Amino acid sequence: MNLRSGTLRTKARRLALATAAATTLLAGLGGPAFAAKTLVYCSEGSPENFNPQLNTTGTSFDAARPVYDRLVDFVPGTTQTRPGLAESWTVSEDGLTYEFKLRRGVKFHTSKTFTPTRDFNADDVLFSFNRMWKNDSPYHGVSGGAYDYFGDMGMNEMLKSIDKVDDYTVRFVLTAPNAPFIANLAMDFATILSAEYADAMLKAGTPEKVDQEPIGTGAFTFVQYQKDAIIRFKAFDAYWAGKPKLDNLVFAITTDASTRWAKLKAGECQVAPYPNPQDIEVMKATPGVVLMQQPGLNVGYLAFNTQKAPFDNKLVRQALSMAIDKAAIIKAVYGAAGQPAVNPIPPTIWSYNKDITDYPYDPEKAKALLAQAQVTLPLETDIWAMPVQRPYNPDAKKVAELIQADLAAVGFKAKIVTYEWGEYRKRCQNGEHQMCQLGWTGDNGDPDNFLYTLLGCDAARPGGGNLAKWCNKEFDDLVRKAQQVPDMAERTKLYEQAQVIFHEEAPWFVIAHSLVSEPVSDKVVNYKLSPLGSHEFKEVDLK
Amino acid sequence: MLRYIASRLLVLVPTVLGIVLLAFFLVRQLHGDAVEARSGERGITAEQLAERRHALGLDRPLYEQFGAYLGQLMQGDLGKSYVTQRPVIDEFLELFPATIELSIVAMIFAVVIGLPAGILAALTRGSVLDHGVMGAALAGYSMPIFWWAILLIVLFSNILGLTPVSGRLDVLYYIEPTTGFMLIDTLLSDEPESFWSALRHLILPSVVLGTIPLAVIARMTRSAMLEVLGEDYIRTARAKGLSPFRVVWVHALRNALIPVITVIGLQVGTLLAGAVLTETIFSWPGVGKWLIDAIGRRDFPAVQGGILLIAVTIIAVNLAVDLLYGLINPRIRHQK
Repeated sequence: MNLRSGTLRTKARRLALATAAATTLLAGLGGPAFAAKTLVYCSEGSPENFNPQLNTTGTSFDAARPVYDRLVDFVPGTTQTRPGLAESWTVSEDGLTYEFKLRRGVKFHTSKTFTPTRDFNADDVLFSFNRMWKNDSPYHGVSGGAYDYFGDMGMNEMLKSIDKVDDYTVRFVLTAPNAPFIANLAMDFATILSAEYADAMLKAGTPEKVDQEPIGTGAFTFVQYQKDAIIRFKAFDAYWAGKPKLDNLVFAITTDASTRWAKLKAGECQVAPYPNPQDIEVMKATPGVVLMQQPGLNVGYLAFNTQKAPFDNKLVRQALSMAIDKAAIIKAVYGAAGQPAVNPIPPTIWSYNKDITDYPYDPEKAKALLAQAQVTLPLETDIWAMPVQRPYNPDAKKVAELIQADLAAVGFKAKIVTYEWGEYRKRCQNGEHQMCQLGWTGDNGDPDNFLYTLLGCDAARPGGGNLAKWCNKEFDDLVRKAQQVPDMAERTKLYEQAQVIFHEEAPWFVIAHSLVSEPVSDKVVNYKLSPLGSHEFKEVDLK
Repeated sequence: MLRYIASRLLVLVPTVLGIVLLAFFLVRQLHGDAVEARSGERGITAEQLAERRHALGLDRPLYEQFGAYLGQLMQGDLGKSYVTQRPVIDEFLELFPATIELSIVAMIFAVVIGLPAGILAALTRGSVLDHGVMGAALAGYSMPIFWWAILLIVLFSNILGLTPVSGRLDVLYYIEPTTGFMLIDTLLSDEPESFWSALRHLILPSVVLGTIPLAVIARMTRSAMLEVLGEDYIRTARAKGLSPFRVVWVHALRNALIPVITVIGLQVGTLLAGAVLTETIFSWPGVGKWLIDAIGRRDFPAVQGGILLIAVTIIAVNLAVDLLYGLINPRIRHQK
């Protein structure tokens, strides 16, 4: 009681003082109290929590990334990997055993509720992976306990064991050789949490705090989060790779794209992702603003159901690829937000085959090919259009209408079909369509993540992600082989060849990759657009 | 009076029950599954789907789910958000002060401008001023909020540089929320000068949010005033030799205020509805935006809880307005 009234009295006194101070300031507008190097990022939404193991959205990943590290890191601006918390690693001859040497002297952050007593070691690695992998981990069920990304990347089947060899050595044994494994470890879900913090919170009866007030080894410490308003981070002085150049990093949560742009112009933030496509031309011409652009790690496509006539005939698929005017679609639907796609992987992914040229728009040749394939025209078919906007396809219905008109010119009468999003995806995966639009946003920047996941024979089963239901032995063999060899040069050759087969077989009409644009203040130094769509500030500076 | 309040509160029970029922069944009529809404291109397997639906109790028959929900409500538990796993009531209370603060300031803006404007228009009936005020009110009433907001941002923030674009406070101030009301919290903080930043951040959103209520209040005041000014007792007051100021601002206004206050009470609902858009454009961390997000994510507990709490707020405000009548006009005191 006493304590409480004491606080109240102090508050009242402060209120009086504050009012007095405010009155004296009436004439001028008070300036901010500190103006160290603070970068403000106009982020697009509130994170679900601060543990990337539990999330699947870029918004949540971005919000947690400043705080954490992973065993392996992506080199900023690329899909290549480099050592992170693991200093180095060795792969056994059979490609099954990965031994990671951990970095020494790596410190965890300190917060109001937790002060670490030890440096990062193998226990943290084991805790982090076991939380996702093992049902008997005390943390497995905390905060909803859904580890979608871990499961989606096939980690449950891929892992045979994870063992601590000593405090600074961890051994992962796989069930089968899998070269993309290293890229997986650079992904956000593979974040390393503090086992000591988790223990402390479990003892305190508040395990979910681990996911809401994050403690990591990352370049920035978490300071404050106010839902829908702000996330604050402070540079971590003891960061193992050296203190970051920024003193403070602030996420000003701004959901509306027009507002983000207005804030950038007004100097209220320095980086503003996901602009309105119609603002892009203006951004290019605005002084003080640099518009950064690069293709996104995604592809939008129209899958021909190769198990249904006439799409089981390669000639028909090639013909339709020539009957559709891709340039018109890009112009009408994507505008400045897309670029035409040639291959099923975007050009920012290593092993992209530059030598392949796209099918030309040539309705006459298309008709000739259809005649050669002895298709009876006119033919009734369907084109599916998803009901939601995606980065790789801002308006599937409009795309469908354009394709419908192009196909009508060669004798295909297509009906446009759509369902609610979940239902849509499910029916396409079951192969109920003749032609289905969908797309993919890559995860780890590995070609396998597109080619095997979307076009491999395994995924061609009903319910699988191969919507063309296309199973080509030659293609599948190449992609599978590339999973087994760790050497990147060799893998590159295999993937390049696989893309040649894809082009010839044309199971998809590849539509576009999104063109990611990001206006950035010209005061920002060393900020790189990530092909993986993440936003990272650890190496960024301000002029 | 107390008996009146008690009877009014009793009547509210079925109203609130009705709202709970509607909110519960309506969100379940939305297309799309709460679990599937959260997965991307990849989707989730049928087993995962079944498992998660089971964990959330979504596989039980609707009436059973509703029964369980009612039971929860009886114990004052609104459930946990599917998305953040945090109690709905915590999230709501964290964001609600921002909405209230914005609504109050917007309402003050609307009343402070709308009331005198309406009175002036009534006193100068048929003049250029009257037509000007009524024209502006009509324009304000029909203004699309989104467009109006962007227009003000471009003009006042980008071109003139007078107001901040969005948010509640300059990000360089670090204020720990105490009450959730930024104007108060900044004064309680170690950096009281941040109060001015908070105030400046309130200008554009409250103008945008207050525009429609302002227009309604101005029009309502004008017509109520006109009616009252034609009454016999006003003529009597004038004949008695009272000053024109006293006649208008004391005798006429007091009577004209009754319908105006009703309208102000009703505008609280409009304000909360307008808050959804205003909060989105100005990145205002309030419950309007939160509720829209929750609907998009099919976060049933958050939607149900949010609707219930907002509805209760509106009901409470309207009850307060009803009680206020008695204070203004002794004729309608509720003592029988």
